Amino acid sequence: MLKGVYNWIDERLDITPMWRDVADHEVPEHVNPAHHFSAFVYCFGGLTFFITVIQILSGMFLTMYFVPDIINAYKSVDYLQHKVAFGGIVRGMHHWGASLVIVMMFLHTLRVFFTGSYKAPREMNWVVGMLIFFIMLGLGFTGYLLPWDNKAYFATKVGIQIAESVPYIGVYIKELMQGGEIVGAETLTRFFAIHVFFLPGALLALLAAHFFMIRKQGISGPL
Amino acid sequence: MAHGHKSNEKVVFVGDSRVRKRSGAPNTVPPDYSSYPGKSEAFIPNFLLKEWMVGVVVLVGFLVLTIAEPAPLGYPADPTNAAFIPMPDWYFLFLYQFLKYPYVAGDYIVLGTVGIPGVAFGALLLAPFLDTGKERRFYRRPVTTALMVLSLISLFYLTKVSWDHYQHELAKTNTIPEHHLREEKAREAAMSGKGGEEQQPVASIPIVDEDDPAMEILKARCIACHNPDLKGNESMKAPALRGVGDTHTKEELVEIVTNGKGGGAMPSFKEMLSAEEIDQVTTWLAKQKKAE
Repeated sequence: MLKGVYNWIDERLDITPMWRDVADHEVPEHVNPAHHFSAFVYCFGGLTFFITVIQILSGMFLTMYFVPDIINAYKSVDYLQHKVAFGGIVRGMHHWGASLVIVMMFLHTLRVFFTGSYKAPREMNWVVGMLIFFIMLGLGFTGYLLPWDNKAYFATKVGIQIAESVPYIGVYIKELMQGGEIVGAETLTRFFAIHVFFLPGALLALLAAHFFMIRKQGISGPL
Repeated sequence: MAHGHKSNEKVVFVGDSRVRKRSGAPNTVPPDYSSYPGKSEAFIPNFLLKEWMVGVVVLVGFLVLTIAEPAPLGYPADPTNAAFIPMPDWYFLFLYQFLKYPYVAGDYIVLGTVGIPGVAFGALLLAPFLDTGKERRFYRRPVTTALMVLSLISLFYLTKVSWDHYQHELAKTNTIPEHHLREEKAREAAMSGKGGEEQQPVASIPIVDEDDPAMEILKARCIACHNPDLKGNESMKAPALRGVGDTHTKEELVEIVTNGKGGGAMPSFKEMLSAEEIDQVTTWLAKQKKAE
């Protein structure tokens, strides 16, 4: 039955080559921890992606309750955390996952750096990876404001002050982030939009490029 | 096996990577995996299955963490709260601490926000174009490795200094982080059977006789801790002054203002205010009763 469906689609769209490009490849011995335990350092990239998927899923569920508005943001997070069934777990996963994804990405970056895997012909993949790193930091910064408690508010205020000290364009960056004279209602909606739409969009595009390049070029060889 | 060399496909791929084999072309791609020593393994399903098993263990550990340690939530943002110690998320602490040093702050702030981080992160972004040698092993690339190790040491050092400084500030100002305080209160409330409902009656209590001259003394001496709106400050353990007449008599208030309370949490004002001023303030405070 399933094979019939697959064949029916394959006849029309010829999807088998696509499937091969995505999934049909081999894992060499030097990156396989089953053969060399020290090869676990090659797992950090995959774990980063795993946590990123958790972040996307838990974030999707959080937006079912979160209200990006200065009166209700805090109340909605409070409600989600304390009243909604499993709400505390979903928010906990998103909160701790944000730290974990930074840790995993940091370790992945160090692995690539110290094994010299960024060298020719993989320069572009390194640059894309660094851009992903910056996007992740941006996601962390914008997400920190959303619960709208004192910690969130004052950290964002300090962050924007730091951005303001950039010569010439600082004031414009500040205005773009704040959406006005103060950290307030506009800032919260902006940070919400950036956190939920702009940065994840950019992140997915960059991840696609990252994975396309690794499939095209293969993993770097043993040292 | 995924695919071998004896494939009868029209397009012949080089081993694992999907780069077409070109005869005579320079070798721009790494050798295919079959030329690496040892055993390779199909990604799907063999390797992915093992990876998923490890992933499940990680996921369970992660869930245990989220249940053991709930995500923190403090009190609602209050822009007038001057006593709050700002704290970014831990992975920004190094930058936060870095900008506190005098040679990258004040007049030199541009060096701190754009100059040094720009060079450091710029170099990291462009690492493949700066370190162009063919050598991949880190111990044969002393300059690159040394620069990275130095950066890592400074990252860890700055983060640690920043965190210690934050803990020190908390201890000095006798502050409990809001999310801990809030959690504690919720637990106490749940224990005493109130069901953890948030109680904020303070906000609704009006200030009695706001134009009294005693207000001037309060503005000078009290609002730093007790908040300009006299609703108190949870994190400094300063109670609300609105409605304070309901819980304390004038005599008690004189005692508290004169000699302090809570081991210095409320300082003694013996030296700073005259006896008449204390009398004036406490008379006014004693009048602060909730309107029935």
